[in-house]
Amino acid sequence: MFSRAYKAAVTLPPLVWVTVFLLMPYLLMFCYSFWSVSASQTIEHSWNLANYGQLLRVEVYWQTLLRSMWIAARVTIFSLLLGYPLAYFLSFYAGSKKDLLYQLVIIPLWVSYLVRAYAWKTILGSDGVLNTLLQYVHLTKHPLEFLLYSPFAVVLTLTHIYTPFAFLPIYAALEHIPRNLVEASHDLGATPGQTFWKVIFPLSIPGVVAGATFAFVLSLGDFLAPLLLGGPSGIMISNIVVSLFGAAYNWPLGAAISFCMLLLVVSLLFFSERLEKKWSFS
Amino acid sequence: MEFLVSETRLDSGSRWLLGHAVAVFAFLYLPIAVLILYSFNGEGVGGFPPHHLTLDWYRTLFADGPIWDSVLNSLQVALAAMVISLTFGVPAALALERAQFPGKALFRRLVLLPLILPGIITGLSLLMLFNVMGTKLSLVTIVLGHGTALISVATTEVFAGLQKLDRAQEEASLDLGANYWQTFWRITVPNLKLPIIGAALLIFTLSMDEIAVSFFLIGRENTLPLEIWGRLRRGITPEINAVSTIIFVFSLVAIVLWYRLRVRGERAAEGTK
Repeated sequence: MFSRAYKAAVTLPPLVWVTVFLLMPYLLMFCYSFWSVSASQTIEHSWNLANYGQLLRVEVYWQTLLRSMWIAARVTIFSLLLGYPLAYFLSFYAGSKKDLLYQLVIIPLWVSYLVRAYAWKTILGSDGVLNTLLQYVHLTKHPLEFLLYSPFAVVLTLTHIYTPFAFLPIYAALEHIPRNLVEASHDLGATPGQTFWKVIFPLSIPGVVAGATFAFVLSLGDFLAPLLLGGPSGIMISNIVVSLFGAAYNWPLGAAISFCMLLLVVSLLFFSERLEKKWSFS
Repeated sequence: MEFLVSETRLDSGSRWLLGHAVAVFAFLYLPIAVLILYSFNGEGVGGFPPHHLTLDWYRTLFADGPIWDSVLNSLQVALAAMVISLTFGVPAALALERAQFPGKALFRRLVLLPLILPGIITGLSLLMLFNVMGTKLSLVTIVLGHGTALISVATTEVFAGLQKLDRAQEEASLDLGANYWQTFWRITVPNLKLPIIGAALLIFTLSMDEIAVSFFLIGRENTLPLEIWGRLRRGITPEINAVSTIIFVFSLVAIVLWYRLRVRGERAAEGTK
């Protein structure tokens, strides 16, 4: 029913825009990763693999990448542990309060990411709310220093930020489970535990995979929470990239790291899509 | 499913779930509560219990020129980004639903990628583009960054709306002699009003809050999140709590309005069936 002209008119403008402002920048990042910086601080457009070689050779790069992945993995696990039972409760037990509670999970997303990270900083600092509270009730005599400027603070803050992101797809998956399947399981004599593990949980796996992917990928690339709350031991891979694009002035090396992150993210998305398809029932 | 609720309401499993839900809500709201409470604290951002409740920080805030300049900048950026994202995001959704063309799969992935990609990658790749093109960084480059990254939001929302759309109306319009342009504005867009408004609100708030992409594309003028970021590094006062509280209240009002609009729209849609 739609003419060729109509299809061209809706396709071409976004296609051109996306090519110029998304595809070209990613390709340019790829090009940059082969270039180098001369002694006089100009970009030399000579093609070689030196940047990638450096990534493999210099320990601090891949160690920081591993630490970032470990931080992101912890954030993912905690977000799922908080988000899944919450989604399950809302979907199956909240009754008429469901919509209201759902909105209550969403609302924190409307408080600026930066502001929430900052709020944790005021809570965890050595003269912050938590430490002064602990001293006020005489649980501790001195401020607990490990609370702020540590990987712990980064994991806590990112978990706070990404729990709603993990919750949303899980909740959507649970809501799509046909309720007569659950009833049938009950009627056929399964205990609530059996019904959960044999019927509900397998059907919610696509949501879990989507939620986990969101939490992992977005926390892996974060650089603001580590800058604000991480201290030297909480530095993540993006912080290295930021410094390479700033004071250290080595854009090509920074581009090489960014491109590796891009590849990592895209392959994770690829695998999570495969997993979601494998476990989806419709 | 009422029987399930009543039958299991008192068992230990659901009691555990209720306790867990309460704990998660407490965790999600604790920082927000602290943030708001300490915006009234005369003694600074930490320290328990709060002392000398005061409105002084709000007074300081209202007299603070740079903050309001940055709020104005952010509002302009968000509006412009909204226009760009909708201008390209709505046709992109139509293209994905209705047209076949080579590279469509790649196009879809590319459009949606910024939704999940860490902002640093989008921000840096655009920085390199602007560098190569010799574009000076300014609010305009931030608008281009936000507008491009948030096309994904417009496309997802509108695409979902399109799938529920009955094509018969558009077909009738075309049969009765309206051209595509008229049909688009008089049939397609009005039918997609709710997803488009929803996308617009979402794009607006996401842009107001965006920092990872802006971080790399900023020129001389700050957006609000970058202004706050600059102050966080210099030392913190409850003035930041005060401005955050005000923005939070505004966002809440926006959500409530949007929610009521949607409920009314859904009721109207049910009424016509």
